[in-house]
Order: sequence, then C-alpha cells, then structure tokens
Amino acid sequence: MRFKFSNLMLGLGLAFLYIPMLILIIYSFNESRLVTVWAGFSTKWYASLLENEKLLEAVGKSLQIAFFSATGAVVLGTLAAFVLARFKGFKGSTLLRGMLTAPLVMPEVITGLSLLLLFVAMAQAIGWPEQRGMLTIWLAHTTFCTAYVAVVVGSRLTEMDMSVEEAAQDLGATPVKVFFNITLPIIAPALISGWLLAFTLSLDDLVIASFVSGPGSTTLPMVVFSSVRLGVSPEINALAAIIIGIVSLLVFASWFYARRVERARLKDIQAMKNG
Amino acid sequence: MTLKHISTGPSEVLVELEALSKSFDGHVAVRGVNLQFYQGEIFALLGGSGCGKSTLLRMLAGFEKPSGGRILLNGQDIAHIPPYKRPFNMMFQSYALFPHMTVEQNIAYGLKQDKLSKTEIDKTVTEMLKLVHMEAYRTRKPSQLSGGQRQRVALARSLAKHPKLLLLDEPMGALDKKLRGEMQLELVDIIKQVGVTCVMVTHDQEEAMTMADRIGVMNAGEILQIGSPHDIYEYPNCRYVADFIGEVNLFEGRILEEEPAYVIIEVPNLERPIYIDHGISGPGGTRPVGVAVRPEKMRMSAEQPDEQYNWGKGIIDDLAYLGQHSIYHVKMSDGKFVQITQTNDKRRETPFELEQEIFLSWNPDACVVLEK
Repeated sequence: MRFKFSNLMLGLGLAFLYIPMLILIIYSFNESRLVTVWAGFSTKWYASLLENEKLLEAVGKSLQIAFFSATGAVVLGTLAAFVLARFKGFKGSTLLRGMLTAPLVMPEVITGLSLLLLFVAMAQAIGWPEQRGMLTIWLAHTTFCTAYVAVVVGSRLTEMDMSVEEAAQDLGATPVKVFFNITLPIIAPALISGWLLAFTLSLDDLVIASFVSGPGSTTLPMVVFSSVRLGVSPEINALAAIIIGIVSLLVFASWFYARRVERARLKDIQAMKNG
Repeated sequence: MTLKHISTGPSEVLVELEALSKSFDGHVAVRGVNLQFYQGEIFALLGGSGCGKSTLLRMLAGFEKPSGGRILLNGQDIAHIPPYKRPFNMMFQSYALFPHMTVEQNIAYGLKQDKLSKTEIDKTVTEMLKLVHMEAYRTRKPSQLSGGQRQRVALARSLAKHPKLLLLDEPMGALDKKLRGEMQLELVDIIKQVGVTCVMVTHDQEEAMTMADRIGVMNAGEILQIGSPHDIYEYPNCRYVADFIGEVNLFEGRILEEEPAYVIIEVPNLERPIYIDHGISGPGGTRPVGVAVRPEKMRMSAEQPDEQYNWGKGIIDDLAYLGQHSIYHVKMSDGKFVQITQTNDKRRETPFELEQEIFLSWNPDACVVLEK
C-alpha cells in the first residue's frame, strides 16, 4: 500500500488510544506481583479477584449507584429539557437554562464540596440524611448527571417536529397523553443514550463520591484509587480487563443492532423506489 | 373528476369569526377579522408569508389563543376550548405523521382517543384507507412512504374523526410541482365526497383558485377581499389584490368625468384617457384612482386605433414565446412597462418584433377602477 500521511496519523492516534489498554490487559495475565515486570502467563489474578470481597462489593455498589443515578437523572433531565424546549419564554427560562447547564462546566471539586456542606447542614437542621453513604452519593450523582441528560434530550427535543405533537393534540389527546404516546417514543433513543452517558459518568466519578461518601459506601473508583496509592495489585488489572471486555461487547452489540436497523431502512427505501 | 364544483344552494353558516385578532409581543398578526364559513364549502385563505393566514388557521385549530374576538361554532364561542376538545381536525404542512406508528395506527390514533371499540376503529380505518386509495399500505411506517402517499395518510387521519371543520395548512407545500396538479383535484374530490367543510391556507394563488369555492385574500393581518375565484380575479377591490392575484397592469390617473353610466379617467402616460362603460361607487369628485387591466385583455396592433379612448403607444422591449401564448413587455412613452399576453391561436411567426412601435388597446369593460 502506498504510504499516506493521513493513514500514518490514523495509526498513531489509534495506537495512542489503545496501547495503554492493551498493556493493561496483557499485564492482567502476569504471573508476577509486580505490575511492571513480566514473569510468565497466569490467570491467578482473576481467581484472586473473585475472592477479593472488598473489591467485588465496591463493584456492586458502584453499579447500583450508577443504575439509580442514571435513572434519576433521566427522569429529572427529561422533565427539565421538556420544559425548556416546549414552554419557551416563561419568566426565568434563561436563568433555568443557565443553571441547568452550569454543572457541566463546574469543577467537580466545587460540586463535591458544596454538596458535602449541604448534606452536613441538612443533617444538622432537619436530621436528614442521617449519615453520608450510598444515598448521598446517589443524590450527588443524580444532580450532576441531570445536566448531561438535559443537554442530550434537549437537543433531540428541539430538532423534533413540533407539529407531530400538535397533530396528536388535534386528534383529541390531552397534553399528558401526547407526552407519553408521542413525545417519549420519538425521543426514546436520546433517553437511552442519556441514560448510558449518566451511567458511565456515575461509574467513573471519584471526586464527588469521595466528598459525599460515608462509612461503608466505598465505590469502585475509590477502591482502585486508594489501592493504587498503596501499590497496584494486579487484581485491578484483571478487573479493568473484565470491564474493558464487557464495554467492548456492549459497543459491538449496539453497533451490530444499529447496522441491522440501517440496512432494513435502506431496504425499505429501495423497495419503495421499485414498487 | 369534477373540474368545477358549484356550491349547493343557500348554505348555512357553520363557523363565524367575530373581530378575531392575535398579537405576539406587541406585533399584530391578525387584526380584527370577521369571516363566515359556510357548511360544505372549501374556503382558501390566500396571502404572502407573514400575512397572518397561518395564525388564523392555528387559532381555528386551537393552538393559538386569540387576543380578542370570538370563534363561533353553530353560535357557540369556542375560542378558549383547547385543541383536543375541538371537533376540528387539521392536516399539517409537514403532514406530522407519527413516525413510530404504522399507517393504520396513525389513522386510528384519533379514534382511540374517543374510546371507540376495536371493531368500530377497524371499520373506520378501512373506510378511510379506501377513501384515499391506500389500502395496500396499511402496515407500512411513514418512513416507507413517498411524499404523495404520506399526504394521503395525513388526509385520512384528519378525516377519520369526521370533523365538523377540516383545516389544511399549505396542503401542497411539501409536494413537488408535478404531483401538485393531480393532488389538488383529487383532494377536492375527496373533500366533496365526504362533504366536510374545509378551510385551507396557501400562498399559491393557482392552488387556491383550483381548489376553493371562495377565497379570502389576506395582507398584514387583515382580509382584503372575499369572493369566488372569478370575482377575485375579475373584480379585485384594491391594488394589493389586483397585483397579488395573477398579472396586472396598473395605470394611475385622475377621474375627469364621473356619471352613473360611465367614467372617464385621465392617465398621464397614456395617449388617450380611459373610458369605463359603467359607474363606480366612491366619494365622487376629481380624485386619484388606479385602473387595472389584465394582460390577456389587451390587444396589440401596428396601426393606430380609431377609438377616442382606451389606447396607448409603446415599444416592444421584450417578448417571450411560451407555446400556447406569448408575453410582451411594452415600454410606454413615459418609460413604464406594460405586460400583454397574446394567445397563439394561429400557427404563424410572432406577428410583432422587438423594438417595434405598437398600439395597445382594450375594451371599456376590461378595466377595474381601484380606489384603495
């Protein structure tokens, strides 16, 4: 093949992105306890990972928090986006829009610290939340994920043809019915991508979680981070390799699904042109 | 197919608009419109963009709340009833089909809101599909249909609930030109077959004249003239309507003589005054007026006419041979242009040439005096 500068850059870029992950996967099969020295192939870290209850518990907690935060954020974010997209020009709409998107650019340290102060003050004033833990992490994650969901869903809502909603009203459906029968199914893909984005963000978050967590609510990033400071155990590599594997599978599955839908659509269009 | 649909007998008023107006943030979109829609007619609101016709239609549908005035349906004010409780249905310009539903589900949606039984819904859907010749596409999704087919589904959906008033928003707006002509006549056929009263909005005068029994010409939020397509074309009541509907030559002049049987108007850029063989209503006296003459009602000749009135002299500045007729642009002695259409009813070369000096003339009954 002829040498091409753009091909070279593509190769370099991909290598830059994926070689670290490849190294991580390779070293998860390392015999040695030292992460940086190769001492032969072994799957023993995978076995010991299964026995590391602290780590597995953190994985479970993180998944739980991510699931509920994403769900909460989708509900709140969709409502906020709907209000901003459909009820234009009410008093304070610009302010609401600004406040909704502020968490996107707010440094996590500030978000985390302010939420911590809020929870402490609330505990003193009204006695709730009694102590910090899963609940406070969930509240914190829902808060900052809502902003991301609102942006994703909002852009879909603004590009949606409003006359479709009007047509449903015109045919006798009340606004609430229109929202559930027409709007929701049409923006469903945006809800799904918003949910996945929120899930990832929550699973990934270390800073905010560290601020608002309490005893017995250590999330996966917190465990990984603290264990790295004490010297990385290859178990972390094994865990990371599994996560990469699952994510790759999901990405591949969604790509496969999207391709099938696209092909069916093209076939329909072709059939229509011929018939 | 019936080309001309004659409205049947004396009709009763179905919907009446009383001093209806709407303003957005101080900008007036619709200005005190009084209008009556008769049972069974097709009424077209015709006007340029931003004239308020769409706002008027949206107020009828219930999507906009009037700032003032009333909308009476059989004498009852419905101006503040929400769209989902009005017995009116609309076909949107973009058709607004529900993309996640099949053709069948789209048409059934309105019927389901009325909590009809499944057999009843099925029966109506089949009936509607048959009406618009779309039986074969029952289970297709809107994305699998062509533009014309989507329009048929949209029409079926808006007719399924047997609305008292059918609203059409730029019904041909999303179709290509070739389909338009066919669909205009077919749409009229279907509407007349169902017998529904219909209000449509369009900026296309040809579409309005093809489809509507009556036309209301709108400008700047007001209705300037209401009448049959023939009335609007032959007897425009103001300069705007004359100019908006078809082509027109406007001569500005002053009334010289005004009698019950005739009017003589002096026009500075014509060789002879204009003579009109009927009286006009107006304040009387010498005053500036406009005179409209349609291009096809003008004659051209190389020799000077013998008549005392109604002719002028000019030079052919431009001509276009369009097959069935030719269009001439004639430069009058004062530099203004006049347009003339001549039917090419004889097979011969264009009888006049560029730069040729010619005389224009017309009959006394071809002119319309415009005071506004």
